[in-house]
Amino acid sequence: MAQKAIREYDAKSILARHWDKYFPDFTYAYETVMVQNGTELQEAAKANAWLNEKALVAKPDMLFGKRGKNGLVLFKDAKPGDVSLAKAVSWIDEKSSSEQSVYFSFDGDTPTGEPSVDMLTHFVVEPFTPHSQEEEYYISATVVGDHDMLYMSAEGGMEVEEGWDEKVTEVAFKITDTEEEIANKIRANVPADVAEADKTAFAEFAIGFFKAYRELNFAYLEINPFVMQGNKIELLDMVAKLDDTAGFIMVEEWGDVEYPTAFGMEAKSPEVEAIEEADAKTGASLKLTLLKPEARIWTMVAGGGASVVYADTIADFAGIDDLANYGEYSGGPTTGETKFYAETLLDLMTREKDAKGRDKILIIGGAIANFTDVAKTFTGIIQAFEEYADKMKEVGIKIYVRRGGPNYEKGLKDIKEAADRLGLYIEVYGPETHVTDIVRMALEA
Amino acid sequence: MSKLFTKDTQAIFWNNNKTAIQRMLDYDYTIKREKPSVAAIVAPTASNKFDKFFYGADEIMIPLYKSTAEAKAAHPNAESLLNFASFRTAYDVTMEALNIGGFKSIMITAEGIPERLARGMNEEARAKGVTVIGPATVGAIAPGAFKIANIGGTIDNIINSKLHRAGSCGLVTRSGGLFNELSNIIAINADGIAEGVAIGGDRFVGSVFIDNLLRMEENPEVKYMILLGEVGGTEEYKVIEAIKSDKIKKPIIAWCIGTIAKYYDSGVQFGHAGASANAESETAEYKNRAMAQAGIHVPASFNDLPAKIKEVYESLNIAEIPEPEMNSVPKVRRSKEFICTISDDRGEECTYAGFPISSVATPDTGKGIGDVISLLWFKKQYPKWATEFIETVIKTVADHGPAVSGAHNAKVTARAGKSVVESLVTGLLTIGPRFGGAIDGAAKYFKHADDNGMDPKAFLKYMKGEGVPIPGIGHRIKSLKNPDLRVTGLMNYAAEHFPATPLLDYARTVEALTTSKKENLILNVDGTIGILMVDMWRALGYSEEEINEFIESGTLNAFFIVGRSIGFIGHVLDEKRLAMPMYRHPMDDILYDVQEAEKI
Repeated sequence: MAQKAIREYDAKSILARHWDKYFPDFTYAYETVMVQNGTELQEAAKANAWLNEKALVAKPDMLFGKRGKNGLVLFKDAKPGDVSLAKAVSWIDEKSSSEQSVYFSFDGDTPTGEPSVDMLTHFVVEPFTPHSQEEEYYISATVVGDHDMLYMSAEGGMEVEEGWDEKVTEVAFKITDTEEEIANKIRANVPADVAEADKTAFAEFAIGFFKAYRELNFAYLEINPFVMQGNKIELLDMVAKLDDTAGFIMVEEWGDVEYPTAFGMEAKSPEVEAIEEADAKTGASLKLTLLKPEARIWTMVAGGGASVVYADTIADFAGIDDLANYGEYSGGPTTGETKFYAETLLDLMTREKDAKGRDKILIIGGAIANFTDVAKTFTGIIQAFEEYADKMKEVGIKIYVRRGGPNYEKGLKDIKEAADRLGLYIEVYGPETHVTDIVRMALEA
Repeated sequence: MSKLFTKDTQAIFWNNNKTAIQRMLDYDYTIKREKPSVAAIVAPTASNKFDKFFYGADEIMIPLYKSTAEAKAAHPNAESLLNFASFRTAYDVTMEALNIGGFKSIMITAEGIPERLARGMNEEARAKGVTVIGPATVGAIAPGAFKIANIGGTIDNIINSKLHRAGSCGLVTRSGGLFNELSNIIAINADGIAEGVAIGGDRFVGSVFIDNLLRMEENPEVKYMILLGEVGGTEEYKVIEAIKSDKIKKPIIAWCIGTIAKYYDSGVQFGHAGASANAESETAEYKNRAMAQAGIHVPASFNDLPAKIKEVYESLNIAEIPEPEMNSVPKVRRSKEFICTISDDRGEECTYAGFPISSVATPDTGKGIGDVISLLWFKKQYPKWATEFIETVIKTVADHGPAVSGAHNAKVTARAGKSVVESLVTGLLTIGPRFGGAIDGAAKYFKHADDNGMDPKAFLKYMKGEGVPIPGIGHRIKSLKNPDLRVTGLMNYAAEHFPATPLLDYARTVEALTTSKKENLILNVDGTIGILMVDMWRALGYSEEEINEFIESGTLNAFFIVGRSIGFIGHVLDEKRLAMPMYRHPMDDILYDVQEAEKI
């Protein structure tokens, strides 16, 4: 995936690192720390005097919004702006000690839908910034269709989300727009509600913001709200996504940035992480997502497009409750890489029998390859069969194969022979069979 | 442009991806293209100038270039760039090609070019009217005309999928793997495709569905079109718009894959980077419904697509397409270890660059050794004035007495009882930077000075900086007043027969300066030969780069080697005749100064 969400802390750190380049006329104190528990915060206080000296704000930093409505922003003890270090430490320890329910949507202040339940593991702590509502602004940028969009509002916080159409000024930019054209467009579109005295400063800040968004290869960048007091800026809340394909040119600019799993999403299993690691090391593509590991149908499909149509077809014929995984191998993986991929799947698949006592189904599918040597990749799968044959028989697995492409006759013959030799149930089809038809056959059998 | 490619389309292939290039040539051979579809390869780090590929059972050579600019300059008609650079360099390669100009289409295979760069690149191409296929694609094909790299897979699959000749379907997909699959389905259920493009899996690709479908609408071979879309993005709606505004009238069959995505939240990425629905209208289901409402033929599921294709195809009553004759690519081919481009002994009579030996050997042919050299060394028929100049040079350098080091070595070896060939090579091995090498050096440095517009003063200063005496200048005893008649002869010949002698004219101005400093700093025979060779090649129409290559490869020395061999052999035969005994150098001619070795 090209666009990846990053933590608020990392987003602020990236902007802070390049502050003087993009915002030479403004100052930003960059007083912010990220901690995983109270002890870490106490440690951080030794290096950051302001944690002892200032009133604090603490909140989780785990890619979800609406933290205020979820009661997860600590800004007051007895009254707003009185949170001490000790209070922040105890609050973080409390919130991180047990699972928390988080709602992602609200009707007014009433939560709607089902909450996600998960542990809070990352918190950001900053000074409490007293300011008036008039000093709060909204700004964000992203790409929509072929254009970059800049959204600006004189009102920040919740207000802007609830009154988007009336309160936000949208400006679209072509990728070919020059810096001058961009600056002129922004200056001409400063929201009318921005105080007359602040209009120039707002425009200059927005110009720098949009330049940072473009040059630092953000895919999405939002500050809601930021506080502007003269030339002093506070970034109260940020959301950001990076275009991770630009990582190789942004090594210096981004620094050590992390792409965390969203709150409520299960942490990646060691198997998925191992596949990701293998994927990063090869020119081929190895992808694995676990959807429901206890489910009955597993897919080992070659090719990005084919993997989607197999998943579609399984959902159509069996429903998604039976689909255990989604993934693909493609781009000419070596025999060894394919073996590793197959072993990972077989290991997961043979851990438990089907709850209803049925045979499990393994779909080894794929379209007609352009250049991947089918026999070579199948050799890897056969080697994995050899390792897991006993376990596969114990669990009860029916294998359905469909594949075409370079050397496919040999690949199909080899895999059929190997399965027969190992005593595994297998049906094998080539390009004369419609690509997804083995799903129907497997389910009708 | 109603067709993306024709049977005459040629490409420059960026990156020497041998398997992919071989697949293209196998395809070309199979469909009986007149010219190979790959005109040139850009391989920035390669040291060879050609690479060998099979064309049927035979081998052909495809030229390699260091840069796209060089390749395009040498092959201006190659109008498609197949950019197989990695995601790190694919952007730069594309932008360079757009700046060079002259490309109608650029295919980019890399996946994961930074989005902002990809957008800029695509926009630039659009502004210049260049069709970009990709990034992140396996390419495109015009069956029976031109196939990009690996698309269509193996030759067997290509024939099974009827990709060897134009059918009547225009196919556009996002996925490359499913492109092949669709070709197969279309071959089974209809009559194959007329043109097909896999637009690429990245979020930002150059040409999108609508660009390709609008072109196919204009292509008379295309009778109907198939679009295989994906969850994510809104490109399918542009197609719907085009149908509503009558820009597309041909029937379309379409399906968006990724209907499963609705069951999962956005955390699961199905398929390509471009495949992620940000809004309901971007879901596969929604798009499939919208397309059906617009009159597009949409099947109930991907599994039902083959039946839908059959139904639409049969309803169109398209005349059967005749199957063309094909070549078949031999299963076993052996690569040749050696290449020969100058002579051929396979026919009735051996030829020198196409000319039978008998047509250049005897006096009545009017051909001399200069003609033979022009054929075997340069694969060209040089005019009389040039072949005679070559002969003049050879005659001039044939010998320079027994005292020069090469002749001396040959004589000493002959006296040791060695054979003619052993004695000859001993003499020849002496030829190098200090003996005979001034011809190379003079050509190189004088040409460099002239190319860079140095006046004689600047040239002398430059050579001083280099720390070498000017090659080709200076003689032991000869001077302007006591000229070397060999030099005079060469210069007179050139003045009379050469169309022009710009480098010699320049060298004479240098000589005027050097002789004003010291009488014997004249242009000597080595210098005159090297310089006049350059003037000869210039007059024959060689480019400066080609001449530089002659100099670099030691061609000038070769004239000296051939000429002086005559003299060396003379000296060796002389020794044999005289039956002189083994030579031992007189000891009183050696200064002995041997110190005892120090301990360290």
